[in-house]
Amino acid sequence: MAISPELFKPLDKNRVQADEARPSITYWQDAWRRLKKNPLAITSLIFIALLTLTAIVGPFLSPYSYSDQDFDNIHLRPCREHPFGTDNLGRDILVRTMYGARISLAVGFVAAITTCVIGVLFGGISGLAGGKIDNLMMRFVDIMYSIPFLLWVIMLIVILDPEGSKGVNLSSIFIALGIVYWLPMARIVRAQILSLKEQEFILAATTIGAKKRKILLQHLIPNVMGSIIVTATISIPEAIFTESFLSFIGLGVSAPMASWGMLASDALTTLRSYPHVLVFPAVAICITLLAFNFIGDGLRDALDPKMRK
Amino acid sequence: MNTLLNVRDLEVEFRTYAGVVRAVRQVSFDLNAGEVLAIVGESGCGKSVTAQSIMRLIPSPPGKITGGSILFNGEEILAKTETQMQKIRGNDISVIFQDSMTSLNPVLNVRTQITEILRLHKKMNQSQADARAIELLSMVGIPEPQTRLKSYPHELSGGMRQRVLIAMSLACDPKLLIADEPTTALDVTIQAQIIEVLKNIRQELNTAIILITHDLGVVAGLADRVMVMYAGNLVEQGTVDEVLCDPLHPYTWGLLRSLPRLNMGPEDKLKPIWGQPPDLLLELDRCPFLPRCEHAMAICAQDRPPAFNGKASHTVNCWLQHPMAPPTSRPQEVG
Amino acid sequence: MNNPIIEVTNLKKYFPLGGGFFSQAEMVRAVDDISFTMDPGKTLGLVGESGCGKTTVGRTVIGLYKPTAGKILFEGADVSTASKADKASSRRQMQMIFQDPYASLNPRMTVGDIVGEPLDIHHLAKGKKERRERIQYLLDLVGLNPDHVNRYPHEFSGGQRQRVGIARALAVEPKFIVCDEPISAVDVSIQAQIVNTLEQLQDELHLTFLFIAHDLSMVKYISHRVAVMYLGKIVEINLSSELYAHPVHPYTKALLSAVPIADPTLERKRKRILLEGDVPSPINPPPGCCFHTRCNRAIGVCKEVIPEMQDLGNGHLVACHNYH
Ligand SMILES: Nc1ncnc2c1ncn2[C@@H]1O[C@H](COP(=O)(O)OP(=O)(O)OP(=O)(O)O)[C@@H](O)[C@H]1O
Ligand SMILES: Nc1ncnc2c1ncn2[C@@H]1O[C@H](COP(=O)(O)OP(=O)(O)O)[C@@H](O)[C@H]1O
Ligand code: SF4
Ligand code: SF4
Ligand SMILES: [Mg+2]
Ligand SMILES: [Mg+2]
Repeated sequence: MAISPELFKPLDKNRVQADEARPSITYWQDAWRRLKKNPLAITSLIFIALLTLTAIVGPFLSPYSYSDQDFDNIHLRPCREHPFGTDNLGRDILVRTMYGARISLAVGFVAAITTCVIGVLFGGISGLAGGKIDNLMMRFVDIMYSIPFLLWVIMLIVILDPEGSKGVNLSSIFIALGIVYWLPMARIVRAQILSLKEQEFILAATTIGAKKRKILLQHLIPNVMGSIIVTATISIPEAIFTESFLSFIGLGVSAPMASWGMLASDALTTLRSYPHVLVFPAVAICITLLAFNFIGDGLRDALDPKMRK
Repeated sequence: MNTLLNVRDLEVEFRTYAGVVRAVRQVSFDLNAGEVLAIVGESGCGKSVTAQSIMRLIPSPPGKITGGSILFNGEEILAKTETQMQKIRGNDISVIFQDSMTSLNPVLNVRTQITEILRLHKKMNQSQADARAIELLSMVGIPEPQTRLKSYPHELSGGMRQRVLIAMSLACDPKLLIADEPTTALDVTIQAQIIEVLKNIRQELNTAIILITHDLGVVAGLADRVMVMYAGNLVEQGTVDEVLCDPLHPYTWGLLRSLPRLNMGPEDKLKPIWGQPPDLLLELDRCPFLPRCEHAMAICAQDRPPAFNGKASHTVNCWLQHPMAPPTSRPQEVG
Repeated sequence: MNNPIIEVTNLKKYFPLGGGFFSQAEMVRAVDDISFTMDPGKTLGLVGESGCGKTTVGRTVIGLYKPTAGKILFEGADVSTASKADKASSRRQMQMIFQDPYASLNPRMTVGDIVGEPLDIHHLAKGKKERRERIQYLLDLVGLNPDHVNRYPHEFSGGQRQRVGIARALAVEPKFIVCDEPISAVDVSIQAQIVNTLEQLQDELHLTFLFIAHDLSMVKYISHRVAVMYLGKIVEINLSSELYAHPVHPYTKALLSAVPIADPTLERKRKRILLEGDVPSPINPPPGCCFHTRCNRAIGVCKEVIPEMQDLGNGHLVACHNYH
């Protein structure tokens, strides 16, 4: 380029563009972008979405219902009419597995929601209040922790369902799991709130006159949301597993309702001669638990503020 | 004078989510033995990355030295293997960081941390190393070095920890000491103590020092030469008197005008540089300071200013130094 | 002379240290018996080494901490004994600007909501339109682009975030603002931007500032009077030009001589008063004059008797046994 005196005229300041900062993205957009780069988490997400869809509409599309018995066709191997085969009462295993998915997913999601509501409020109030109240509330959590989870759940189910011999009401399982699963959530939320509470933006909210309730709901909880979501996601597979286990040992939903644990338990008696009856519910449980764990891990990475750049 | 360090056209990049951050762009400078060179500039302008490149301490990935050469004692640093670098680090070149708490190992006492270096690099036995450690601690002004040897980092105050770090970095008589904001986290009274220590070191040991700071006051007290960086670029370098008393780059003017001066009357106002530095993701083929510059000319928007040499020791990357540019004198508040 | 807007007398703030359910905790004497007054429309600078209690003074004065002892009068009325409604209104008149531009804004809220929150809490804007206009007015006032209301804090630089904090504090139309090291965490070129903005706002809105900082040259520039703190006590107060020209207390002298000047010729000629050692712990402050462990002029009495604050005239106060 030739250098001419022309080039040394002062530049019109109004025409100079200020340097623009990088384009704006919110925390959630950023997290989503990171999550998208995690193939395992995305595959799992799609799998869970499809599973949920199947669980909801699948049983309607099937010609059989979960309780239809057909004694002419017991212990069928997978075939055209019964892609997953039939069980010892001639019930279609495909529809029963889909139905089981309904119950298992419902248990998982309901547990996650109760975990969130009770755990976040308990942990939030404890962390925000601090001092003696915090101390008392956390000792309560410690005591709850010292009793084994399963013992709790079994005790609660027995109390909630006195005539448990005939099988257990679904809602009692929900309640039992909910009461137990909020504990880790409460601890995590409390710990985060304790450290956030010292940040200057909370002091700033206090100086402009914000009430405690507003500080908790508007300033603290949104900033803990990342951990809440991760913890809740991870509590889903735990709840599903617990429910399956309860059904397996006979404390689950009452027959002829089906849950994955119950299907597995039913299959056990005939395991030697008809192993395929066990395979389908067992595989369903495994893949689902794995998928939820992948999603949980993916979310943890995506929402971790240390990964932000 | 013999040149200890010779850096030419250094380029460093970081690959991030948002794109490639060009943190250091075409930076060249020399450092003579026993000289104190200060690097100043705003946060994020590439001071630390420049210093880390000399030690080959750029975290990789995401970082990478993508161009240029760094000659230390005439040898190319960028061509050395990692094993060779480990010999150089701590031996010929050592570094002190801003955060003295995380730079020391919290579970080892001062004695272990200092003598470890001596035994490793200098092959001393424990009693020789102990004697040298005491010598080093008293050199950096730690009272009762014998008893202090047994202390753990958390038992020391911030100023003490910074001294211990300096003592450790001097253990092997390095030829070059890189001090990255050694006083930024300290109070002024403690900062004054540390500056005294650094002054003594360069007088007694003739160690060359690269001092990174954003405090021009610290620079004035300690440095022989100064480089001013802006958005990854070197914009002005020269002796401390040239840069602080007779600066030629509008950015240096702006920095000096932002500081309160002693002789300010009640009516005098500070003159801030409005706006903010550019994002280093941007590829700028113009003067990086353009949007904030009061003297910008048409050519500034078209081409990056090359380095102009008024005096051999003083280079300025600004089109105002071109013979065809209109004569512009520095604002009267400066200097 | 106007009546002072703030009068602080014998203020103490002690923090219990650790302490479990039952055990009696040790006390951190963060602020130990200090008194000062502030004139409306003026700036009082507060300087001292870190941990000497500057932040605690600021937070106690605006009511974030409950004082352990002492009185704080805001426009002549005692804040701590006021009725609940009065307390709320005086709270509103006293605001704070924080040190860390990154920690002082909620990262999940837009700038509009951050500045709008105080408007909502105190019902200062009727309707959406007025709220929006008010927010834009405030952003404009502190030199930010009013179109940026929907941006999030992380999209702004340190200096811009600090302005958002200033706009939030101004939203409730305060008379008195504590600026707690508002420039310590930003770059030199941005420091001047913020200090200029604060000065301009003071002129326009007749604000009173308590300006806390450890950058002594900036404090001198912005303050009308300066108080020097050491270990929870004020050791000297004077008009800022006087304090810098004729420091009297040995600590003030040492502190001023430690400030580096960006002028190599001056720096070379300068004789420093180097202080030995570090600030003692505020849990067990030394008896007598708390500075005697580092003072080069200490005399026998300094180790036993706490020096009284003495008035040397013209509002120059100093606490040292060497001045009578
Ligand atoms: N590990 C990294 N990954 C990505 N970008 C980086 C990394 N380290 C540094 N950078 C970028 O390089 C640029 C220069 O950084 P550098 O640490 O050298 O700044 P600095 O001048 O030392 O600033 P400060 O005064 O804040 O220490 C910045 O834009 C920074 O964001
Ligand atoms: N909330 C608190 N709890 C316990 N100690 C505190 C608290 N806030 C401050 N302190 C202590 O009080 C002293 C003064 O602190 P501060 O006012 O923050 O000092 P400065 O602002 O001058 O740096 C310090 O020793 C500090 O550790
Ligand atoms: S090159 Fe032009 S825009 Fe850049 S500093 Fe010089 S005059 Fe200003
Ligand atoms: S009272 Fe004594 S120890 Fe304290 S500052 Fe004065 S001379 Fe020094
Ligand atoms: Mg740095
Ligand atoms: Mg403070």
